[in-house]
Amino acid sequence: MAFRGRRPELRGPPEVYYDKNEARKYVRNSRMIDVQTKMAERAVELLCVPEDKPCYVLDIGCGTGLSGDYLSDEGHYWVGIDISPAMLDEALDRDTQGDVILGDMGQGIPFKPGTFDACISISAVQWLCNANKKSDVPAKRLYCFFSSLYSVLVRGGRAVLQLYPENSEQLELITTQATRAGFTGGVVVDYPNSAKAKKFYLCLFSGPSTSIPEGLSEDTEEEKPAKSTFTAERVPYRIARRGVVRKSREWVLEKKARRRRQGKEVRPDTQYTGRKRKPRF
Amino acid sequence: MRLLTHNLLSSHVRGVGPRGFPLRLQATEVRINPVEFNPDFIARMIPKVEWAALLEAADTLHLVEVPKEPIQGYEHNEEFLRKMHHVLLEVEVLEGTLQCPESGRLFPISRGIPNMLLSDEETET
Repeated sequence: MAFRGRRPELRGPPEVYYDKNEARKYVRNSRMIDVQTKMAERAVELLCVPEDKPCYVLDIGCGTGLSGDYLSDEGHYWVGIDISPAMLDEALDRDTQGDVILGDMGQGIPFKPGTFDACISISAVQWLCNANKKSDVPAKRLYCFFSSLYSVLVRGGRAVLQLYPENSEQLELITTQATRAGFTGGVVVDYPNSAKAKKFYLCLFSGPSTSIPEGLSEDTEEEKPAKSTFTAERVPYRIARRGVVRKSREWVLEKKARRRRQGKEVRPDTQYTGRKRKPRF
Repeated sequence: MRLLTHNLLSSHVRGVGPRGFPLRLQATEVRINPVEFNPDFIARMIPKVEWAALLEAADTLHLVEVPKEPIQGYEHNEEFLRKMHHVLLEVEVLEGTLQCPESGRLFPISRGIPNMLLSDEETET
């Protein structure tokens, strides 16, 4: 979402930003609905819940219930929590299938431990990073949110939070607090090379650590080597070097290739590499 | 707000902890809403349900036909599951209040949305 002006998080607290007009825009704008539904779809995909198993899901920052509707379509039951009364009123008008609660996620999730099988959040968590009242400390609110989220999820439950971090420090603040609360996991970045399509998904697991799914990227046609290939092949070092005379051109080229493999900065090989120089001494 | 949600809601006022459950329900407006029956989901949620709280809430709403406790082999007993489905998912509270048993704090419910916003003193230690 391209914002011409400042980010919405810097314009004021969420309950003030999401007033009746903004809520109505949210619901009437088909592009907005499309983007939010796509992100909800990707978040549910990253949750990796088993097929045909209806889960009890928590939707944080549910707003008008756009993501909740997608959850209902997939056969899950959900509860949403949001801080803006205007957005929740729109959710009521749209007759969502899940229950919604008016609450502040930075104050904690008001549920019994082990209530939810999973949790998603679309474009909400970055609001915790800005202090709107003098008494707000973002790190404390983030920790309160993550620790209560950890408790309301069942053991081995997953949370996928889609967010728009302002910069890498903000993302680091969020991930630090999540780790302190006991979560494992990581950040999945979709389309990292596009400014508009780039999306961050914070995937958190409350059980033993599992592997994080790969982010989507645009060039899937060419095989761009994003990882280095590890082979068990090893060339015996002394045998490889036996034929080479020390200080010869061949030796120089071999040494430069070795340093390139080590990842060091090496000048390119030209016709002058290892050339016999004029005897100066 | 459905009774399943009410059964799992807990007060998160600082210093209350596990004694903040269950929230006492007072309802002035209730609505019955038909919901599609899914036996898998109901069977999975039965172990999470706190029966004493559910019976108290059902009593306050004057509901009949509420099972007193989970019966043996409830996963395959469709009649039991249907009754639980009706109680948990089809009864909605539109107006009322929730009261925290420990601190006595009241959370109002308006248009089916419980207001769980806390003031500054209640969130700090």
